Amino acid sequence: MYFDNVQALLVMEGHGAYVWPAYLITVAIIMMLLIAPMRRRSRLLQRLAAEGRRSERTTVAGVRGEQ
Amino acid sequence: MWTFFHKLGSPPWLYAIAGAILRWLIPVTLTALVVGMIWGLLFTSPDFRQGNSYRIIYIHVPAAVVALAGYYVMAIAGAISLIWRMKMADVVMKAAAPVGAALTFIALLTGAIWGKPTWGTWWVWDARITSMLILLFLYLGVVALYESFDNKEAAGKACAVLSLVGMVNIPIVYKSVDWWYSLHQPASIKFTGESTIDPSMLYPLLLMIAAFYALFTCCLLMNMRAELLQRESRTQWVKKIADEEGRG
Repeated sequence: MYFDNVQALLVMEGHGAYVWPAYLITVAIIMMLLIAPMRRRSRLLQRLAAEGRRSERTTVAGVRGEQ
Repeated sequence: MWTFFHKLGSPPWLYAIAGAILRWLIPVTLTALVVGMIWGLLFTSPDFRQGNSYRIIYIHVPAAVVALAGYYVMAIAGAISLIWRMKMADVVMKAAAPVGAALTFIALLTGAIWGKPTWGTWWVWDARITSMLILLFLYLGVVALYESFDNKEAAGKACAVLSLVGMVNIPIVYKSVDWWYSLHQPASIKFTGESTIDPSMLYPLLLMIAAFYALFTCCLLMNMRAELLQRESRTQWVKKIADEEGRG
C-alpha cells in the first residue's frame, strides 16, 4: 500500500476531502443504477402475480355460480 | 445468421439470454469495480504534479468514456428502430438513456470535485465541460421526452430523432480539448503514438474503464428485462414468469 496508515489514507495529504466524497457519491450512484431495475422488475412481477391470482379466483367463482 | 436476427426480435428469448448473461456479468463487474477502486486508491503512487487528487481519474475517465460510448448505443438503437421498426431496438434505446445520464453526471461531478484542488475552481465554461453538460441534457431529454408521450410508438420515434440529432455533440466532446485551449488536460491514453501516462497508473485505469463498460452493459440488460416484462405483461410467457417469481 502506498499510504503508511489509515490516517494518511483518509487525509491523502489534504486531498482526501475531495477524493473520498467523489468515490462515495460514485459508489452510491452505481448502487442506485443496479438496484432500480431490480426493484422495478420484482414489483412488476409481484403485481402481475397478484392480478393472475385474482383473475383465477373470479373464473373459479364464475364457474361455481353457473352450477 | 437470419435466425439470429429473428431471435433478437423475440422478447422471451431476449429476456432469457439477458438473464443468463447477467448471472455471471454482475459478479464480474462488481469484482472489477472493487479491485479497480482499491488499486487506484491504495496502491498507486500520487501524481508528481497533482498529488493525490489525481486518484479521481479512476472514476472520472471511465465514467466519461462509457457515457460517450453509451450515447452511440442509444443513437444507433434509435436509428434501427426508426429505419427497420424493430421494437427491441426501441427497448435498447429507452434502457440506455438513464444509464448514460447517470454516467455523464458522475463524470461531471467527479470532474468538478477534481477541478477544485487542481485548477482552483469547481466549474469553468470550457468546451469539454460544456459539451459534456449538453450530453447530460441530451440523455435527460430522451428520458423526459419518452415519459411525456402517452403513445409509446410516437415517443420512440421522437426520442430516436432527438438522439440522432444529438450525435452532432459527440465529436465536439472528443475534439474539444484539441480544438480549444482550456483548463482541461488532453487525453493521456492514445491508440496511436505514445501514451503520456505511466504504466503503473495506466493498468488500474484500463481495468476501471473495462469495469465501467461492464457496468453499463449490466444496467442496460437489467433495464431491458424490466422494460420487456412491462411491455409484454399481457402475454403468456410473462404471466408464467410472474407466476413463478412474483409470489415471494
